[in-house]
Amino acid sequence: MKRFKDTEHLIRLAAVMAIAVVAFVVLRAALVPRSFGEYGHYRGAAIAETASRPVAFAGHQTCEACHTDVVDVKKQGKHVVVACEACHGALATHAEDPGSVQPKKLDTAVVCARCHEANSAKPSGFPQVVTADHSGGLACDSCHQPHRPKIETETEGKK
Amino acid sequence: MDITRRRLLVLMPAAAVAWKYVLAGTPEASPNYKLTDHWWGMLLDITKCIGCGSCVRACAEENDVPDGYYRTWVERYHVEDWKIERPVVESPDGGKHGYLHEAAEGGKNFFVPKLCNHCVESPCTQVCPVGATFITPDGVVLVDKTYCLGCRYCIQACPYGCRSLNPKTNTAEKCSLCYHRITKGLTTACCEVCPTGARQLADLKNPKDPIHEFLRTHSVQVLKPYMATGAKVFYNGMDGSVR
Repeated sequence: MKRFKDTEHLIRLAAVMAIAVVAFVVLRAALVPRSFGEYGHYRGAAIAETASRPVAFAGHQTCEACHTDVVDVKKQGKHVVVACEACHGALATHAEDPGSVQPKKLDTAVVCARCHEANSAKPSGFPQVVTADHSGGLACDSCHQPHRPKIETETEGKK
Repeated sequence: MDITRRRLLVLMPAAAVAWKYVLAGTPEASPNYKLTDHWWGMLLDITKCIGCGSCVRACAEENDVPDGYYRTWVERYHVEDWKIERPVVESPDGGKHGYLHEAAEGGKNFFVPKLCNHCVESPCTQVCPVGATFITPDGVVLVDKTYCLGCRYCIQACPYGCRSLNPKTNTAEKCSLCYHRITKGLTTACCEVCPTGARQLADLKNPKDPIHEFLRTHSVQVLKPYMATGAKVFYNGMDGSVR
């Protein structure tokens, strides 16, 4: 006995369903990036894309490769721990092309005060001054050498 | 084969699809870097922070952060005597220009640098509906700008207020732990310029990293430990008033 009179309806329905499933699979494969799910529920290639951005700060190791004279001066003072670009700013462009990109001359009145302006929130062991009282408006580098800031008296004997 | 108008119309979409696949290829940034060899975090030493704002300026320059937006910032706390639940916190311009004005009198004052905590169980990653925010296998929480819809769920979810919406791209903006630097063997921009060593990038998977010795010998905290976010930015010398 024939169970269904119009099996053709079912076949058509099945065909439509099959086409829909195939279309879904094909579209999904085309639209979802290949690296999606490589490491988790995200586009794996985004990791390498983020990592491939250029750097702005060259890093003190790069600076020290050429500016050995400054390294020698810095070694004699407390600023040895301060990286070059902390004061001089981002200079990866200068490191790549030292000829055409020159670092800006710094205004010591601004640069020094950022760290050394007296403030009760700073650790008490950190050297601090009230710049207005300390120098009376003179630029810091008229007395201090920024790379070796301590002022040595003649008796202490330093060049 | 002659290129007729009909053939060209068929070929163009095919070429576009093919080109998309070419572009989707993974750019090779640092071939010697193995994702599974690292687990990044940071150590912040409040006893060393002088609030100079070098980190904030360096971050903005390194990562092209728009004015008025911060991936890292420095707060100044003022805590009066026993009122550790009511600290007065200020952070003018994110502390970008340093703190040249004196803090309030009658209490203790100190600086707290903040940035993304790169949580292991990061709430921002959990709420992202499209997989635009994710934790890399080396423990850094990143944003895929091409996937981000700008729905801001993550900004609401972050308990540390470390996220914002970039006004230029309308996508989520956050600290990437200078992923483009650390994968090249450099330290982050903020750690590079920190003059007192208050910030130290830490590779928790590297047994030779000095962080392990430091963590063994100091009382260290993370921010909001009760949120159980698995924060990987460790604070030394942090007062109980910091939130």
